[in-house]
Amino acid sequence: MAQYTLTTPLTSEDTRQLKAGDTVLLNGTIFTARDAAHKRLVELLEKGEELPFDIEGSVIYFVGPTPPKPGDPIGSAGPTTSYRMDSYSPTMLRYGSKGMIGKGKRNQVVKDACKEYDGIYFGATGGAGALLGKKITSAEVIAYPELGPEAVRKITVKDFPVTVINDTYGNDLYQMGREQFEVKD
Amino acid sequence: MREIEFDEVVKAVRDIIVHCGTDLPQDTYDALKEAMETEKSPVSKEVIRQILENADIAKDEKRPLCQDTGLAVFFVKVGDEVKIKGGLLKDAINKGTEQGYTDAYLRASTCEPFSRANLKDTVGYNLPAIIHFDIVAGDKIDIEYAAKGGGSENVSRARVFPPAAGKEGIVNYVKEVISDAGGNPCPPITVGVGIGGTFEKACISSKHALFRDIGSVNEDPEMAELETTILEEINKLGIGAMGMGGTKTALAVHIESNPCHIASLPVSVNVQCHSSRHTHITI
Repeated sequence: MAQYTLTTPLTSEDTRQLKAGDTVLLNGTIFTARDAAHKRLVELLEKGEELPFDIEGSVIYFVGPTPPKPGDPIGSAGPTTSYRMDSYSPTMLRYGSKGMIGKGKRNQVVKDACKEYDGIYFGATGGAGALLGKKITSAEVIAYPELGPEAVRKITVKDFPVTVINDTYGNDLYQMGREQFEVKD
Repeated sequence: MREIEFDEVVKAVRDIIVHCGTDLPQDTYDALKEAMETEKSPVSKEVIRQILENADIAKDEKRPLCQDTGLAVFFVKVGDEVKIKGGLLKDAINKGTEQGYTDAYLRASTCEPFSRANLKDTVGYNLPAIIHFDIVAGDKIDIEYAAKGGGSENVSRARVFPPAAGKEGIVNYVKEVISDAGGNPCPPITVGVGIGGTFEKACISSKHALFRDIGSVNEDPEMAELETTILEEINKLGIGAMGMGGTKTALAVHIESNPCHIASLPVSVNVQCHSSRHTHITI
């Protein structure tokens, strides 16, 4: 399992080198969106309208942060459970997004979309909101402020630690890891 | 009759919410530390290391441990010789909850079930709290509190078995629930199992079982043995920290058992993530 440092936006060249189980330190700009925001973003794409950010090579972080303390760019910001975005992610990948950060397993349609569009599903440590929030150096709400924690934010990350769960070759770390450590009677 | 001021309850509740949001309880911290030492998967080991580092940062810098600051859940034992002066106990707990979530910059996670609208502007901040009351003898109020996150709550399940299912049926059911959950509830988890009673009694018992300190032993030796058996079976699943594969999927299994109807064997499984924010105070 290899370690990489990557800067967004990601290209197919970036994502194709990654394999399930690799660890990556992400740098650059990423965008936050979870349930309600995804519904709106995918509706825009399907109507052929512009998104509030450039989707090409983008990495989307499934997160609903806590309110920032005075002087901080963002509050605690760990990943939320990703399967709730399963019905939206294939569309996002089809329109050019290259990465997603969340926690928990994805369905086969998302895994197939990762293969087809050179997308990566990264896992971050759930519940490590204080640690991950500190890797975010700036944050700005760029759409849907009325959604509160679910608003779309443009954030800058520095050495944000993630692990490759689903790669562009159809591998799944959750399955691989479990098979390795399962004890069968 | 002992009189307790409404505002005294508000302040006590506010304080435990602020404290729990940023400071992982010692029982959980110790259990995670031990899990990091015994975990055989390097990937899972690194995840648990990050979880512990996160707890240290949260405590030192007073930051929320997790962005999912949960719904506020209370088990409250009210002495029959206590009177709240200046309002209802329920209102005092809700007011303390609102203040705690606001003062500690915790996230407002309560919403209307269908519109999904956040209720902050209508009935308050992360309200209403989930409160289970019990009346006991005495002149004190005993409050158990936990912040319950959505990821782990979403994988919880309940089922009523025929009595013939017995212990084997329960062990297999809990294993099935945790196996299906995989990494979603943020393992290493604690598993609360409510056995017996009625359908809803089993569910409430499984939640209450999560409030017990990790490392405590069930007073009933038969239940203590069943807890050990289920824990071993869960850890054979190989799910590991955050589902990345490993030997430590659960830190503990806690059972609460109740007498039940001759026709029924209700069982509820309630899951708690590694960020087990819970505490206990007496007023």
